[in-house]
Amino acid sequence: MAIEGADLIKAAAFLGAGISMGLGAIGPGVGEGMAAAKACEAIGKNPKEAGLLTRTMLVGQAVSESTGIYSLVIALLLLFVV
Amino acid sequence: MDFDYQTWIKVAAYSGGGIAMGLGAIGAAVGEGYTAAEANLAVSRNPQLSGDIFKNMLVGQAVAESASIFALVIAILLLFMEGPATGLLRGAALFGAGLSMGFGALGSGIGSGFAGGQACAGIARQPAATSRLTTNMLIGSAVCQTPAIFSMVVALMLMFMDFSKDPLLPTWAALVGAGLSTGLAAIGSGYGGGLAAGASCEGIARQPNSVTNVTTTMLVGQAVAQTPSIFGLLVSFILMFKIFPESASLSASMALLGAGISMGFGGIGPGIGNGMAAEGAVRWVARNTENAGDLMRTMLVGQAVSQSTAIYAMVISLVLIFVL
Repeated sequence: MAIEGADLIKAAAFLGAGISMGLGAIGPGVGEGMAAAKACEAIGKNPKEAGLLTRTMLVGQAVSESTGIYSLVIALLLLFVV
Repeated sequence: MDFDYQTWIKVAAYSGGGIAMGLGAIGAAVGEGYTAAEANLAVSRNPQLSGDIFKNMLVGQAVAESASIFALVIAILLLFMEGPATGLLRGAALFGAGLSMGFGALGSGIGSGFAGGQACAGIARQPAATSRLTTNMLIGSAVCQTPAIFSMVVALMLMFMDFSKDPLLPTWAALVGAGLSTGLAAIGSGYGGGLAAGASCEGIARQPNSVTNVTTTMLVGQAVAQTPSIFGLLVSFILMFKIFPESASLSASMALLGAGISMGFGGIGPGIGNGMAAEGAVRWVARNTENAGDLMRTMLVGQAVSQSTAIYAMVISLVLIFVL
């Protein structure tokens, strides 16, 4: 099977997009879960501050989410731009 | 290296069988070890209950063991099955089946062990709640097994469906990708479901009256933790049932393999994370039952955010399958 250079490059870009998004999704998923677990613990200990704690959880998760979004951006770049 | 395709089918079946059993043995063994460790601690804490604790340990370990028994069944089938040797594609399907079952048994085995271990510890702490703890452990670890069952379903479909009419290129990549998608995504869901089940056993031992709230929160949390593996199953079904036009280009194959890799790995983190959120919520529902509503809401919001990366991974997979 003769593979042309352009085809090989496209194949690597598609595979790379899958690897980027797949591995990149592991960290944010685990990290955001930790944040949510501790937020539940904190609300259990101090229910009056539930609003403040939920806000803190969401801000922390948003930061943790950023690397997932980087992976998504790189995957989309690999699929559609390069 | 010019072998006929029957040789390659045997190569794929035997290496797939090895992968299924090798990886499939890890999870159950770790989980059962955790259960045994907690049971030992529990017996040292409360030696006169050693009979109850021992019985509960064995029941919990039996559930954890089922994941590796699924792997054993698939491995034996791969070794001895006399299927139709219809071409190289059959080899790809058998290899994909091995990948699906091997990875898929990892998380469920470990997760079920958490439930068993915490139930043993709970019996030592609160002997009056023994039957409630065993029931809750069984419900929790049964849910943990579902990702392994999804993996077994995909493995069996890959082994017994007839792909002989599909073109080898690029369907081979779709079949290997289908195995990876469900198998890898099942790791997170099985492990995460186990975290929730373990925390609920611990919570019931601490506060036996909270059992209704705790079990409900556990089941809701586990249900959300299962969703990444359901996404993985969905992508596998699309990869198995969609008929791809024949294409000799490498990029068409790699797009389908990439779709399986993206959804498979992408499901691991959210599954574990959703389980951690459920663990935290269940633990504190037991300690602070009057705030169960607030805790359930926070758990669901946190899980929704944690879930987002699994959804990104599914989007990338679907784009790779349908758009490119």
